[in-house]
Amino acid sequence: MFIFSVIFYFFAFIIVASSIMVISSRDPIHSVLYLILSFVTSAILFVTLGAEFLAMILIVVYVGAVAVLFLFVVMMLDINFVKIKEGFLSYLPIALLISACLVTELIIIFISKNKLLPEIVNYSDLPDFSSKSNTKDIGNVLYTDYFYLFQISGLILLVAMIGSIVLTLRTRPGVKKQNIAEQVFVSTKSRIIKKKVPLRKGIK
Amino acid sequence: MPYINSIMFLPELILTIGTLFILTVSTFLKNISFKFSFNASILLLVFSLYSVTFDIDTNLFNYDNFFDNGAFIDFIKILILFGTLVFFLFSEEYFYDLNLDKFEIPILILFSVLGMMIMISCNNLISMYLGIELQSLSLYILASINKKSIKSTEAGLKYFILGALSSGILLYGCSLIYGFTGALNFQEIELKLSVLPQLDLGLIFGLVFIIVSLAFKVSAVPFHMWTPDVYEGSPTPITAFFAIVTKIVAVGLLIRFLILPFGQFVDDWSQIIIFLSISSMILGALAAMTQNNINRLLAYSSIGHIGYMLIGLATGAETGIRGIIIYLCIYLFMNAAVFTILLSIKINGKYIENIKSFAGLSKKYPIISFIISIMMFSMAGIPPFAGFFSKFYIFISALESKLVFLAIIGVLSSVVAAFYYIRIVKIIYFDDGLDNFEVILNFRRKLIIFISTIFIAFFIIAPSYIIDTAQELSKTIF
Amino acid sequence: MQELLSEYLPILIFIAVSLLIAFSMMFISFVVSPKNPDAEKLSPYECGFEALNDARGKFDVRFYLVAILFIIFDLEVAFLFPWAVSLKSIGLFGFWSMMIFLLFLTIGFIYEWKKGALEWE
Repeated sequence: MFIFSVIFYFFAFIIVASSIMVISSRDPIHSVLYLILSFVTSAILFVTLGAEFLAMILIVVYVGAVAVLFLFVVMMLDINFVKIKEGFLSYLPIALLISACLVTELIIIFISKNKLLPEIVNYSDLPDFSSKSNTKDIGNVLYTDYFYLFQISGLILLVAMIGSIVLTLRTRPGVKKQNIAEQVFVSTKSRIIKKKVPLRKGIK
Repeated sequence: MPYINSIMFLPELILTIGTLFILTVSTFLKNISFKFSFNASILLLVFSLYSVTFDIDTNLFNYDNFFDNGAFIDFIKILILFGTLVFFLFSEEYFYDLNLDKFEIPILILFSVLGMMIMISCNNLISMYLGIELQSLSLYILASINKKSIKSTEAGLKYFILGALSSGILLYGCSLIYGFTGALNFQEIELKLSVLPQLDLGLIFGLVFIIVSLAFKVSAVPFHMWTPDVYEGSPTPITAFFAIVTKIVAVGLLIRFLILPFGQFVDDWSQIIIFLSISSMILGALAAMTQNNINRLLAYSSIGHIGYMLIGLATGAETGIRGIIIYLCIYLFMNAAVFTILLSIKINGKYIENIKSFAGLSKKYPIISFIISIMMFSMAGIPPFAGFFSKFYIFISALESKLVFLAIIGVLSSVVAAFYYIRIVKIIYFDDGLDNFEVILNFRRKLIIFISTIFIAFFIIAPSYIIDTAQELSKTIF
Repeated sequence: MQELLSEYLPILIFIAVSLLIAFSMMFISFVVSPKNPDAEKLSPYECGFEALNDARGKFDVRFYLVAILFIIFDLEVAFLFPWAVSLKSIGLFGFWSMMIFLLFLTIGFIYEWKKGALEWE
């Protein structure tokens, strides 16, 4: 199992390093690219855990869609990013303090794990991923046992859809559109008007 | 399919189907879409309000694993639906005035109400998270719905970023609790914890993270920073919705989460609640003094009110919960009246933002000024009005649970807070100002103001009904 | 677990080899190539001119709308994969469960269409 721990630490190191780069790199485009790197390496860690489906979803959704959206947003804003980062150093001590707190908490939790009573959680009854396809495992429960949660997440997606349209859709005045259906349905009656022209008077 | 009849009457189901129906229909309507979705929403809310009272047991498709029913949950649901109904009754003209008559607004409100109902009836960490997300996602959009105003956009963004942070903290806490108990269901967590003599360190951290995240939602100090900005920036009816409805549901969820799975470890979490409560009361009282913007003032006032409610939770006893239930009822009525009046008064065709523009209101509109004074006295907790009783029962529970210092701080901070409530009354009655006020009251607004004033002013005559009900409800939680 | 991971061994080797080749190419060209930099050579230019403006142009907000709508439908498709794999075992209920889910998003789609969010101009 030595090789697995080597793989784990290697990719975990890449995740941590690229996450640090996300917040510290000067160019926001680079930040997004480092974010993609950390997503990909997290996907690799999921694979080493046996959660292949999650790994692939992470790549499809996060790398393929979310990171691209981030790139759009970064490109969309015409902001001087160097200026935004000016206050970075003055907030650094507080940020370091908070992250130090979180790290100590994590360490304390890991130490206290040894004291955990075995009768509460039976860690050995975790499912064995290697023998089964976990896409199928998820599918077997997600749509039946987790019916309600599945539908709520559908509603959340619907709200996201409505929200993004409400907040960003602008209709521009004066844009001429081609309505093909209208064009096809046009008949001569609506377009050609026959009028009797009285002599020497013309029509208005 | 033996259960299919019973599930038909779940308020959530009615709300979901109704909302989707309204959304679909109003998409196809052109000019009257806002009017349609607005009025259809009122009808839908009345229906769901009616359906809450059906007491139905259902266990369709693993329902019990994720959701729970009970008198307390039903009560909070009624408060939510009632508060939303109030929102719908007083806000229509405002949206027309600001050219915000988008039919999505009622739809998003309904979705957030649905999220709140899922939140309050959750019986599982996942359904709790999803409910919170559905509710807050709709609220982020609503906060920044006024695209033309920079402040509204800023409010939405601030709310979104801090809300996302609190969701992240919540998930971290949930994962810790799951990791240390191996259970997601509330009853299962309780069962697993019951063998423990004391909380494990990891579980304490998980609990703390979840409390922090819920404290963001109830905007208890020190997690309140977003509240004044969001209240100021959002359109005023939306602010009213934040102040009235979201607070109620967040407090309800906090009660359910702490009492149900962690009920036997009151000593562990009550310290945190005491801290939140004291800091909210003090900050709510002090910071509101310097505010001149009425929305910011109401934001700090709601922070203060949350502080008092948390005293009741800190006791972890039935009397405390009883106090919170009474408080929530009275809070709903007080805020409903205040916001309705706020939306009805215009100066030179504009809505009031600065407190000082109230000056001289009493000369032209004595009745409205009198009602505002009643509400302000009630918020300050001055005796004959309902607001006094809400605080009274909270302080009683604190004294019964030997939390004397908490009661003392509560009394002191409410004395300090009385200053800024009475300052508004002073401005209305004694300051000279312009008299170009215009109070527009239609039947719906009059109805809300009338009912709330009756409730607040004459609560003293027959308080026993509410108090007995609260007593019964608080028993059902434990 | 061992067998599962050994299935991924070719990919691991592939990543290692590609990293090796990429880095060695960069390293070799860094070491071997002649370098004689000066300030003018290193300054950015645009078709022989000095750079006229920032390389980053503003994107229209409509790109963002398209991207976010893409994400939503992407997630919807992500939900479809496990459903398709285990459709046999979850039965009719699982089938209709997905149909309800799709109904929600179809209503969203109708809304989107009628609002004109899918039209470019």
